Amino acid sequence: MHQPSTDAAVQVTGLVKRYGEKTAVAGLDLTAARGEVTAVLGPNGAGKTTTVEVCEGYRRPDAGTVRVLGRDPRADAAELRPRVGVMLQSGGVYPTARAGEMLRHIARLHARPLDVVALVERLGLGSCGRTPYRRLSGGQQQRLALAMAVVGRPELVFLDEPTAGLDPQARHATWELIRELRADGVSVVLTTHHMDEAEQLSDRVVIIDGGRPVVDGTPEELCRGGAENTMRFTGRPGLDLGSLLKALPPETAALELSPGSYRISGEINPELLATVTTWCAQNGVLPDQMTVERRTLEDVFLELTGRELRS
Amino acid sequence: MSARQAGTGVFAPRPGAAPLPRMIAAQAGLETRLLLRNGEQLLLTMIIPAVLLLLFSTVDVVDTGPGEAVDFLAPGAVALAVMATAFTGQAIGTGFDRRYGVLKRLGASPLPRAGLMAAKAVAVLATIALQLVLLTAIALALGWSPRGGAAGALAVVLLVALGAAAFSGLGLLMAGTLRAEATLAAANLVFVLLLVAGGVLVPLEKFPDGARAVLEVLPVAALSDGLRDVLRDGGGVPWGDLGLLAGWAVLGLGLAARFFRWE
Repeated sequence: MHQPSTDAAVQVTGLVKRYGEKTAVAGLDLTAARGEVTAVLGPNGAGKTTTVEVCEGYRRPDAGTVRVLGRDPRADAAELRPRVGVMLQSGGVYPTARAGEMLRHIARLHARPLDVVALVERLGLGSCGRTPYRRLSGGQQQRLALAMAVVGRPELVFLDEPTAGLDPQARHATWELIRELRADGVSVVLTTHHMDEAEQLSDRVVIIDGGRPVVDGTPEELCRGGAENTMRFTGRPGLDLGSLLKALPPETAALELSPGSYRISGEINPELLATVTTWCAQNGVLPDQMTVERRTLEDVFLELTGRELRS
Repeated sequence: MSARQAGTGVFAPRPGAAPLPRMIAAQAGLETRLLLRNGEQLLLTMIIPAVLLLLFSTVDVVDTGPGEAVDFLAPGAVALAVMATAFTGQAIGTGFDRRYGVLKRLGASPLPRAGLMAAKAVAVLATIALQLVLLTAIALALGWSPRGGAAGALAVVLLVALGAAAFSGLGLLMAGTLRAEATLAAANLVFVLLLVAGGVLVPLEKFPDGARAVLEVLPVAALSDGLRDVLRDGGGVPWGDLGLLAGWAVLGLGLAARFFRWE
């Protein structure tokens, strides 16, 4: 599940980080490919922020190696800083600085920054450009922090819970921006405890819990593997499911849960759906309330850790 | 997300740091603007020294010794202003910068730490320059006649620069080691105590010998004494006071460099 690569955006091997008695990260491997969105997913206290902050050069690992764009985040910090954009989970701005002023300032620290005015508009901060940071709403503060992370045109950005506390509209605006970063070849490493965010945005998901990686893969791989998916429909009671099962792949199961309510479980793919509807047509059944339930990352997490993701 | 959408090129990576002088200038400009926008900071750095200079010069509150009161008070007000900006204001401001993660975030920007420190120094010196203009104008209006000539002006610049360095070191040491609230309280307390007992407005001769011996080696006392030597008494370069300030600067900046925690 871990392929070392010399050309990864981020390569973490055997990372251990302790705070006093407490072990925040206990032997973590993580690879984020260049040009991809990698989501580090886990409940609060899983070690997400610690991992990201080691990669950002803020913390010294107790064991293991960390390479960011092929460099050591602490020893090569001066070289990495212009190339890596950072969005902290909170804070990072002078309370009395105005939103636009702070963003312009970060832009000035870079050689070829983005157009600040366009970026401000893009993130819906146009109306609060002259508002001091401390009077911005939580969502506006988040979006400013995101803008600060990307304004220097970095190769790689670390986004620590980029959508925490955002309303749905702002959340989608943030997702859209992350998709554009990816489309333009920027590598993105983000942390989240929102499953749908990881599913929607990422090429690769690393689920961690208790400072250890639980599983990683593409969202599709994680949702497909292991447990079965199901489809349900309702129709006339007492259908002959035996004839249906003959037409379906061997590992598929079909059951009449209650009179007229049917459940099919197995690998639900388009071919299976076609087979079921053909069989319904042959039997003169109009399948009603037909639903397909795919496993979500939420289910994957629950199965692997026995716990729900807290938010 | 498997479908790769075509990029617009807007975010295509073109990383790079701005030239160091430009980064320092930008950071110093921002810090100075923020300082001048902050009401409490303005009160501390501009208004209190100016009001005390006016008040003590026109109302006979303390016996400032022989000669015009303003000749004693103007150098003291300058020393107080330098302390207010470089020590009290800087300690409080930097303490809260640290608390709000500003130092942490800037640590991830292309601006190196040394560059941030240089920018802070520039911002402090720019503020002190404004204070000097204001206090000089008020003192001259009150009939102040500074002595010392060109050599004296040079000595004043040296004294103020070394004083600012000494206060900055001590202020940053406090900001980088204590919690922001503790820094706020302690820095204000030190300011008020030294306003009274730092040889700024009240001659140190008024204090008992034992206390005076201690107070005389404090940076604010050394600074006001040195400034008075030059501006009131027309003395030469006050090497003793300069040496004392240099010692404080080395000690303060050294300890700050050693113990400052960025988060």
